[in-house]
Amino acid sequence: MSVNFPEQDALIPATGWFIFFSLVVALLLNLIPLQGMFLILRPDFVALTVIYWSINQPQQLGISIAFLMGLLIDVSNASILGQHALAYCIVAYIASVLHRRLRIFNPLQQVPQIVLILILMQVIILLTGVIGGADFPGWHFFLASLTGMLTWPLISFILGILRKPKDDPNII
Amino acid sequence: MSSAPQFFKHGPGSLARLFFFVLLSILLMVEDTRINYFPEIRQVGAVIIYPLQIIAHVPANTYNSLKEFLASFHLIEENAFLKQRHLVNRKQLLQLQALEAENSHLRQLLDAVQRIETKAIIAEILYFPRDPFNHKATLNKGSQHNIQPGQIVVDDKGVIGQITQTYLWSSELTLITDNGHAVPTQTVRNGLRSIVTGTGKNGELDVRYLSINSDIQLDDLLVTSGIDGVYPPGLPVAEISMVERNPANPFAKITSQPIAGVDQNRQVLILSFMPPTPETLPELSTAITTDSP
Repeated sequence: MSVNFPEQDALIPATGWFIFFSLVVALLLNLIPLQGMFLILRPDFVALTVIYWSINQPQQLGISIAFLMGLLIDVSNASILGQHALAYCIVAYIASVLHRRLRIFNPLQQVPQIVLILILMQVIILLTGVIGGADFPGWHFFLASLTGMLTWPLISFILGILRKPKDDPNII
Repeated sequence: MSSAPQFFKHGPGSLARLFFFVLLSILLMVEDTRINYFPEIRQVGAVIIYPLQIIAHVPANTYNSLKEFLASFHLIEENAFLKQRHLVNRKQLLQLQALEAENSHLRQLLDAVQRIETKAIIAEILYFPRDPFNHKATLNKGSQHNIQPGQIVVDDKGVIGQITQTYLWSSELTLITDNGHAVPTQTVRNGLRSIVTGTGKNGELDVRYLSINSDIQLDDLLVTSGIDGVYPPGLPVAEISMVERNPANPFAKITSQPIAGVDQNRQVLILSFMPPTPETLPELSTAITTDSP
């Protein structure tokens, strides 16, 4: 089996500040005011960023940070406190357990596995919401997983290109 | 031996940490839905997230101001139109003033409680949450602007919802379409009292607990009755859109449409309505008894 390892090893490991900054940007993207169909279709950028760092640097982004991000999302969504926190924790755990396997593939090949993780996350959110007394919002709720799947290569490309080492002029 | 330096520092395993945080979030959810003992958690989160909300709102703001700027090219036509409207409205206003004077005079005669004037604060909807489970919105005025939970939010057409939680600089508005929200109403045509509850769907409200033979028709206008002491009386809420009288059920199945643009507006009004509290009522009754003999 010939597996060509992508340029994974060439990337500079991100500092804590870089991870923090990317999470803040993801949170900003989640907070942009949208209405109607756009709101349903918007991918969960925070979840995607948490998954990205759990795959690429699981020792830096722990479950605790995923939990805190989930709490912030819960406060901004006015949903049950702990709903997204629970989902993000489980997602971060799964991604960090599978990170060795996932890193074999390039971002495009990772897509089918990421969409499973995203759907699992939405199922957790849906179940906690329904137990909390809400009605089933309809199947279009899961469209966010599909758009999340489509943005995954983009996000991993952007976060990857920012960590590319600069070309060394002294290299022969 | 315990002071020996550690080569590889690692805390509890990841499964143990996952278990801890899952337990913590389940406890938080139970606390949030059933006990609500630490409202400070939400407050702290809201303060952290507030600057981000403001930044995220910048594109929408610039778009709005750009639209206003473009609209300013049509100012002359708009001005003429508004002048016409003003004349029409002025006539109605004059009539209204006369009616108001007459009304207050009659009320004084009747020794009734004067209708309390409501004050209003203009607020802007910062955003609607992504969550499809609740119909809520975040407004840009909070407890620093004297907003309190329980205040009513309206737009130019009618009731939108009610403030359910306040943070320092923002507050949470529960829309009337929310699953757990109810408004006491009255039909304008015949004064029939009813309760309008949200269904969790946009543009659909339930009118519950009206028997099959109750006198309600299509296109009946429902306004707030003011009986609860939370909603000021006379604000338009909904219009009947469907009446289904099935003799098998004790109650008629009636749905209505909200009058206000519940999910369309950006600017809304927060009313501060001070209902007549029970403490003022005894004075009234004594006044009546002293007058009567």
